[in-house]
Amino acid sequence: MDNNDTLSAPQLAAKPRPAGLKLFMKKLVSQRMLVLMSVPFVIWLFIFKYVPVWGWTIAFQDYQPSLAFKEQQWVGFDHFRSLFSEDRFLISLRNTLAMSGINLVLGFVTAVSFALLLNEVRKVAFKRVVQTVSYLPHFISWVVAAGIIQTMLAPDGVVNELLKGFGMIEKGQEYLFLGKAEWFWGIFGASSVWKDVGWNTIVYLAAISSIDPAQYEAAEMDGAGRLRRMWYITLPGIKPVIIVLLIMNIGYLLESGFEPQYLLGNGMNAAYSENIDIFVLKYGLQQFNFPLATAAGMFKTVVSFILLFSANHIAKRLGQDRLF
Amino acid sequence: MANATASTRPARSPRRNSSLGDRVFDILNYVFLTLLMVVTLYPFLNTLAVSLNAASDSIKGGIHLWPRQFSSENYKFVFNEATIYNATLISVLRTVIGTLVTVFASAMVAYTISRQEYVLRKLVTIAFIITMYINGGLIPNYLLIRDLGLINSFWVYILPGIIGVFNLIIIRSFIEQLPESVIESARIDGAGDFRTFINIVFPLCLPVLATVALFTAVYQWNSWFDVFLYNSSNVKLSTLQYELQKILQNSNTTSSAETAFANSSAGAAVKVSPLSIRATMTIVAAVPMIVVYPFLQKYFVKGMTVGGVKG
Repeated sequence: MDNNDTLSAPQLAAKPRPAGLKLFMKKLVSQRMLVLMSVPFVIWLFIFKYVPVWGWTIAFQDYQPSLAFKEQQWVGFDHFRSLFSEDRFLISLRNTLAMSGINLVLGFVTAVSFALLLNEVRKVAFKRVVQTVSYLPHFISWVVAAGIIQTMLAPDGVVNELLKGFGMIEKGQEYLFLGKAEWFWGIFGASSVWKDVGWNTIVYLAAISSIDPAQYEAAEMDGAGRLRRMWYITLPGIKPVIIVLLIMNIGYLLESGFEPQYLLGNGMNAAYSENIDIFVLKYGLQQFNFPLATAAGMFKTVVSFILLFSANHIAKRLGQDRLF
Repeated sequence: MANATASTRPARSPRRNSSLGDRVFDILNYVFLTLLMVVTLYPFLNTLAVSLNAASDSIKGGIHLWPRQFSSENYKFVFNEATIYNATLISVLRTVIGTLVTVFASAMVAYTISRQEYVLRKLVTIAFIITMYINGGLIPNYLLIRDLGLINSFWVYILPGIIGVFNLIIIRSFIEQLPESVIESARIDGAGDFRTFINIVFPLCLPVLATVALFTAVYQWNSWFDVFLYNSSNVKLSTLQYELQKILQNSNTTSSAETAFANSSAGAAVKVSPLSIRATMTIVAAVPMIVVYPFLQKYFVKGMTVGGVKG
């Protein structure tokens, strides 16, 4: 990743030695235009991205909105303790992990398979059409997607019609799909695949295009068929990309998304659809329990931070050492 | 991307002796991919058909790709509400203003951190990169917006998201690939950094800025959560996506009532139903994106690869 070299660089321009201070100030004055062009946005960054982190203090307080910061009662880790003894939070944690797990595995398997199949298409025009169609759902909002999914899954929707057509259910037995809590993960997984599988193939297709064509020719000479070439050349060729992306995605394990769960969720499926983000929203902004909600959000950010950093580190090491 | 993959083709395109297995594979592959396209598109077309079908008839089910009993009542109903015009205007405004502000600000900051001699370069870069890993989360952000007095204001759509780190990095990488001589020659002509940026760097960056603009525009057009969170009490600041979200939320809680509604004799007399309004509003909110998308698709894909290589 490009940004890591800037991160690991030890020398910080902001810490000039006393002797260099004068030089630093002189440079700063002569570069005042660059300063004017960037510093206002650093101030913006500070207000909108760093000040909220200060808001984490709420998680350690018996927060009263009417009181000033100094007057707040500090309670240590009490809110975190009650968070982890709260069934609803533990369920939302389970749902978060389950849904991002489903997304991870299903997303990878479908995107890689789809990329492999697309790569075997020789008619360029056909390939273009398939690509255009399959990227489309990525660009509609989750609101629109949820509208479509609800229409499809309604009792009088197409899926029930299909089941009736195959004789799997009788008229009058139509399923209320989004009302079946234990089906929610499946519906979520299928919806996510529908929305993003095409888009996710882009990076694999790019990786496939950098495989040396001579490898295919050699395999062909040896009499390897299409499936074999796919299995023994294309797949190993994109293996490094798959592994790096997999590791990077593990960094986002607590980010199971918010919109699909919120938009497709309802009272009937809450036990399976409610993830940490929805827990934060419900406790925080609907029940006004700011400390507990902030604690939950902070837990998510801190764990994600650790996961992301480890993932980045591992991915970088693998990339450099070419272990795979 | 499609071009890149296609370029490997000619080498192995003339099949000398494609075996029977290969041909079977080919046929199955085409059939499968065609089926996949159908599955992808079908939900859109089905929703469109439901939106164009008479509500009292849709309730019986069985609408597929074509309306059974054509009716424009649903659209008349949706466009009869004054809110939808205002919501469309707000959606367009936030998309246009948000995109312009993001593109200009991101390019400008990217330019400053691409200047190797800039003394604050590392500081500014690191300040931005840290925010990739840490964010305050929902509640602290909400409290900040509230304390800044941005609740019930249009600017809450623009201000919090002016510069994204990812955009900043891809634009910086792009600027760093420009020949230094171009910038140096502007300097020799006596142009300051701002003039160099406006007259030289900005126009040269248009390819990458187009990509950033597209992604920002999609993001702005599709957003609804900030409307819900900050401006839900002010219908004048509502957007198309949020109007749709409200309909979804309603029909979500009344989905069992919907079935009851279907069975009641009143159903036949009413011209619209929650189901048909939902489908119609979905189409209204989706159509601008679907119409624009095929023309811009290649720029999106280009942007993905730029990010993939350098990000």
